[in-house]
Amino acid sequence: MTVTGARVTGSALDRVDGPEKVTGRARYAYEHRPRDVAYAVPVQAAIARGEVVDVDVDAVLQWPGVIAAMWHGNAPRLAPSAAAELAVLQSRQVAYRGQYVAVVVAETYEQACEAARLLRVQYEERPHDVALRVDHPGMYRPDHVNPDYPTDSSLGDPEAALASAAVVVDATYATPAEHHNPMEPHAAVAVWEEGGLTVHDSTQGASGLRATIAPLFGMPPDRVRIVSPYVGGGFGSKGKAHPHVVLAALAAKQVGRPVKLAVTRQQMFAVTGYRTPTVQRVRLGADGDGRLVAITHEAFEQTSTISEFAEQTTVATRMMYAAPHRHTSHRLVRLDVPTPTWMRAPGEAPGMFALESAMDELAVACGVDPVELRVRNDPERDPESGLPFSSRNLVACLREGARRFGWHERDPRPGIRRRGRVLVGTGVASSTYPAYRVASRASARAEPDGRFTVRIAAADIGTGARTVLTQLAADALAVPPERVRVEVGDSALPKASTAGGSMGTASWGTAVVRACEALMDELARHGGAVPPPGLSAEADTAQEVRGQRKLARHAYGAQFAEVGVDVDTGEVRVLRLLGVFAAGRILNPKTARSQFIGGMTMGMSMALLEESVLDREFGDYLNHDLAQYHLATCADVRDIEAAWVEEDDPDLNPMGSKGIGEIGIVGTAAAIASAVHHATGVRVRDLPIRLDKLVG
Amino acid sequence: MNGEANTIRGDAAAPAPITSDLRLSVNKDVHPITVDTRETLLDTLRERLDLTGSKKGCDHGQCGACTVLVDGRRVKSCLTLTVTVDDREITTIEGLAGGDSPHPLQEAFIEYDAFQCGYCTPGQLCSAVGMLAEAQDGWPSAVSEGDGPVVLDEEEIRERMSGNLCRCGAYPNIVEAIRRVAP
Ligand code: FES
Ligand code: FES
Repeated sequence: MTVTGARVTGSALDRVDGPEKVTGRARYAYEHRPRDVAYAVPVQAAIARGEVVDVDVDAVLQWPGVIAAMWHGNAPRLAPSAAAELAVLQSRQVAYRGQYVAVVVAETYEQACEAARLLRVQYEERPHDVALRVDHPGMYRPDHVNPDYPTDSSLGDPEAALASAAVVVDATYATPAEHHNPMEPHAAVAVWEEGGLTVHDSTQGASGLRATIAPLFGMPPDRVRIVSPYVGGGFGSKGKAHPHVVLAALAAKQVGRPVKLAVTRQQMFAVTGYRTPTVQRVRLGADGDGRLVAITHEAFEQTSTISEFAEQTTVATRMMYAAPHRHTSHRLVRLDVPTPTWMRAPGEAPGMFALESAMDELAVACGVDPVELRVRNDPERDPESGLPFSSRNLVACLREGARRFGWHERDPRPGIRRRGRVLVGTGVASSTYPAYRVASRASARAEPDGRFTVRIAAADIGTGARTVLTQLAADALAVPPERVRVEVGDSALPKASTAGGSMGTASWGTAVVRACEALMDELARHGGAVPPPGLSAEADTAQEVRGQRKLARHAYGAQFAEVGVDVDTGEVRVLRLLGVFAAGRILNPKTARSQFIGGMTMGMSMALLEESVLDREFGDYLNHDLAQYHLATCADVRDIEAAWVEEDDPDLNPMGSKGIGEIGIVGTAAAIASAVHHATGVRVRDLPIRLDKLVG
Repeated sequence: MNGEANTIRGDAAAPAPITSDLRLSVNKDVHPITVDTRETLLDTLRERLDLTGSKKGCDHGQCGACTVLVDGRRVKSCLTLTVTVDDREITTIEGLAGGDSPHPLQEAFIEYDAFQCGYCTPGQLCSAVGMLAEAQDGWPSAVSEGDGPVVLDEEEIRERMSGNLCRCGAYPNIVEAIRRVAP
């Protein structure tokens, strides 16, 4: 990297898109208004399994303003696709309640809503099965788990080691289905022009979405453009293509006009993904001092009948702690439910709730301090692969967190600290997330007026990517950030990876730095002067990423929680939450702190509030809105702080950074559940920690 | 009220939308407009007047993203039928700044990083403006003690801003930004 003068990277630069966002000028997907636009409102299946027999299209076509009504019987055919969720209106089959079965297009939104509400759909209903249970006869072993980890892993003889261990914890934990609920609901505006398709969509990956959508319509990718400069949060729910994008494009094609389609908050619970519920059995065997001899972690999860998503729930357990005897596994059952998907830290978030809760139970069983227990079991190398860690500073996070939190004053006895009507307790848990990096492309351009433009089809879904990439480019170009403009969120820009897996900055940052370096070389060849038409350079990091050393690369953290539990009502309040992280170099302390705190807030929400309640009789989520699906509010978040330890890791990327978008949610729920146990003596093993689990 | 269908396919069998002519005053601009009586203020702003700064997060009064000011008081525009705000003064995020200079809350939100994705932000800002006025007028909240003047400490701000959800979790920064601007 070229270093000249003061570094912008590492400074607390304000978000470069701040002015657009605080004035309302930032336009999100649905806010694009092409000329002559019509409104599409989808109709969802009112049964959980069966067939659509008929749809009374003619009746609603009589309604004022209605332009078209489409279902399987009259919809254009799409090319066959591996992604069954995207084959919208391509068959009569209903695979889950809430699946799209029809769409109405009208001149105004009100007219389309009314017609969609009145559209009569006849079904042939068949019995459904929507309940996840461990002993379900349909439980099977998937071929691999997300994205491509082995399904199971084994080392040594864990059964024998558990049988002879001095202390054994054997506990089953459960996490519910959870919905991402980004504040911006999914939406698409589809426009067909000159045989090509442009979609304004709210997506975490414009390049990926284009690659998925184009073949469905029998087109090469360069005839499709996905535009998504502002995205109102994603958390995984906007990572993959969802059926509404296809439906909007189909509708626009059918009516020969641009079409806007908004997924409502209620619809989102069925058609935009969710985190699978899990049941997890964890067994830990240790000697009297808490040194682990055996770890086993088995997860049971669900997917839909039409598509497989296997959450990697036990994968983090493979490298967290040292133990000679180990086993992890995943089993899935196909139910008549929507397909689950990535949700902030898929795998780690539910998996580390179980593992870290079990570690707390082991600490209690051995009489060892929970911080000390984790330090004692910190491995030298990745215990299953044997690979060295590129860097691993879990112990430093635990120690620094303990110091800041005042952990050393803790009396381990549960249920003895009462302040008025409240029982107080503290808890700790480890946190981790892999440091991934994948190939991306970027271009950098020196404009004749002395400014620079950097282009990459990255996404800023609130992470601050636009800002951090601006900082990286400014340093690589040795200019102040005001002279750099970074363009993201458009598939017409150089192809980039999806905003997911906390790998955006690592992947896009590498490409941006390399493109800027290439431009600097070009400029040098021109004697430092920018020729009148400007000067451009590009970079593709495929080779660099392929060529990186094989190492275990992970970020770590330690989460500390203090809770107060009302002795009468069982209401839990998080009084303090502290996260200390080791995530490589922090590129912007202002936006990084926001990311960490945002993740921890979602972790708190997961611990105490979030739960999508399935209606077994009808097969959908009962609490499908924001009045009933509770998210943490402003009043829930009191004293919350995020900090980090210095970490110098040269084996990552040119920035020395690890991703920070997801690690904040990992371990939070376990720290809170352990604090609740410390406060009350009640161990809650199934989330969320509702009042009824603590009283009576 | 006008009874005519405003589309080409109107049919005697199906009832035509009922419309109403009104004068909408938004950010000091007056818009003469004919609206479908089913239209919410949020949809009128976003779909008819191209004022897309007000956001739709739920359309059910559950998230606060659509918060605007009507005669200076915060309201959820998704729960407000446009026909009910004829001749009232509506202020949206687009009208918060005074001329070219941003509202102090807008500046504070940037400085304290009080947002990430930005989708809840216009609602948070309008809500904060309305909330400051409520406090100024001495309106108590669930956590206020006694009837005296309201002191906007962190707890008061958190309580009074809890109708505006932020899934990105920018709450502590929102509270800090408002605290800096609050009198
Ligand atoms: S959109 Fe109005 S409160 Fe959510
Ligand atoms: S900034 Fe994203 S929801 Fe608040």
